[in-house]
Amino acid sequence: MLQILFDALSLGSLYALGALGIALIFGVMRLVNFAHGDVIAFSVFALLWPSTDALAIVFAGQLPWYLLIPFVLIVGALLSVLCEIVVYRRFRHASPATMMIASFALGFVIRYFLLMLFTSRPKSISLLPALGQPVEIFGARLPLLQLITIVATICILLALTLFLRRTRFGLEMRAAAENFSMARMLGVRANNVIMGAFAISGALAGAIALIFGSQTGTLDIQMGASVMLMAFIATVIGGLGSLPGAVLAGFLLGAASVVMQVFLPIDARPFRDAFVYGAVILVLLFSPQGLISARGTKERV
Amino acid sequence: MTLLSLTDVSVRYGRLTAVRGVSFSVAENEILFVTGPNGAGKSSLMRAIAGVTHCAAGKITLDGRDITAEKPENIARMGFSMVPEGREVFGSLTVEENLMVGTGMHGGAKRGRIADELASVYDTFPILKERRNGQAGLLSGGQQQMLVIGRALMTQPRLIAIDEPSLGLAPNITDQVYERLIALRAERGLTLLIVEQSSTRAVMVGGRMLLMRGGQIVLDGDARALGNSEAIQAAYFGYEDH
Ligand SMILES: Nc1ncnc2c1ncn2[C@@H]1O[C@H](COP(=O)(O)OP(=O)(O)OP(=O)(O)O)[C@@H](O)[C@H]1O
Ligand SMILES: [Mg+2]
Repeated sequence: MLQILFDALSLGSLYALGALGIALIFGVMRLVNFAHGDVIAFSVFALLWPSTDALAIVFAGQLPWYLLIPFVLIVGALLSVLCEIVVYRRFRHASPATMMIASFALGFVIRYFLLMLFTSRPKSISLLPALGQPVEIFGARLPLLQLITIVATICILLALTLFLRRTRFGLEMRAAAENFSMARMLGVRANNVIMGAFAISGALAGAIALIFGSQTGTLDIQMGASVMLMAFIATVIGGLGSLPGAVLAGFLLGAASVVMQVFLPIDARPFRDAFVYGAVILVLLFSPQGLISARGTKERV
Repeated sequence: MTLLSLTDVSVRYGRLTAVRGVSFSVAENEILFVTGPNGAGKSSLMRAIAGVTHCAAGKITLDGRDITAEKPENIARMGFSMVPEGREVFGSLTVEENLMVGTGMHGGAKRGRIADELASVYDTFPILKERRNGQAGLLSGGQQQMLVIGRALMTQPRLIAIDEPSLGLAPNITDQVYERLIALRAERGLTLLIVEQSSTRAVMVGGRMLLMRGGQIVLDGDARALGNSEAIQAAYFGYEDH
């Protein structure tokens, strides 16, 4: 039972962090950033030398953990900011649909760049090997990694909340997310806010890449895409642009997936995702604005 | 000295021309009312100056610098603070957070005055102090109007532009707002650019008054002298002549 709870929380953590990365950017520029998944893949592939082998040739991956983690986060943040400067900046005044298509295109560019260097073959890697060991809690044996995933996610969420609530920059970001042109009329620099959102979102992508890579022990160019789909759904159910909504929905989706995996009859398990999507449709039927509406008077993180 | 100057400024929305070739200038420490009936183009003109609406033609300078295509944040940083029409409070932020958004650009002496400024805004609008930690979106319409005016004052501007300050305010509160603005004008040399539907307030307060109609300036003069003259009646109620 405890095992199920931890499975649900750690999968939910991934979705929540992914959803947060999407919701942050949507909040400040009404862009649904489909390239986010490819930023996830890129930030962890940056640890490897280009090769076609199945076994990863590690370059920065040999770093001790206290350098490896910041490295991946910074790569994610830099790539994300670069995407903003090179691509999205030109689309600021475009319609949401145009921006969305631009983000698809950008995602493909990143993915095919990785494909060129690494081929589509998944690579096995042990990122943070010390975390594979099980630990015993309340009589259940849990992988240490799962525990760390959950704790790290909670820390990230707390840090982000404090950042948004207690810092000058956080204040400006919240104001801009709510009414961008009014914030600018009060001297808030649009570029800073948007680049800040991209940097945080990219660092979150790096965190997901680390967690996902160490959990599965393989790196796959498609890895981002699979997290992204669920994360995107979580953002929608959470109420596009609402940060607590995105986090909540991410955890709910993780829980739904795990619970269905366990309790569905064996024959139905391959269709687990279909059941999850079914549940999503139900939620949206009853609450089309998502769980927490971003506009209006509801408070945000 | 001229602080703000507009030359042949036009604003278009697709095929509709909301402002057509407007020119005027505002001297430092002047009080200028822009009045006119609904749809005259007053708000469009204000947004064009603030940089949030694109100018189709013409030139705007602030303090001698061309700001026609300048970003709104840079115009704000030059000391132009705008209170747009329609109370754009940040509803999910607290009242005090709203007031603080515009203080990030301050350095030096202005930074040191933030606390005093906050105290004086709370002094003018005690209700804001009472609700300082409450969500701004839950304030009443008039309270939100106080908040946006206070928020603009927090930026310690040289020129404050307010689009319909009296909108939704009780008459005695409107009086207080004007008292405060006029006091700041005397104390700090604040320049006031105020849009009002009717000329009543301009006549009361005095100062210069422009009257807009159909996107153009049809009258420009001393508010009290124009007063309730026939010219003003004609400008408000006369038929469109184009
Ligand atoms: N965003 C917009 N898109 C299209 N047309 C607009 C827009 N904003 C204003 N207009 C049009 O421009 C004209 C001038 O509008 P504006 O809001 O500037 O008038 P106003 O003088 O402020 O009126 P009011 O006293 O009612 O506030 C109107 O005909 C209006 O319909
Ligand atoms: Mg108006």
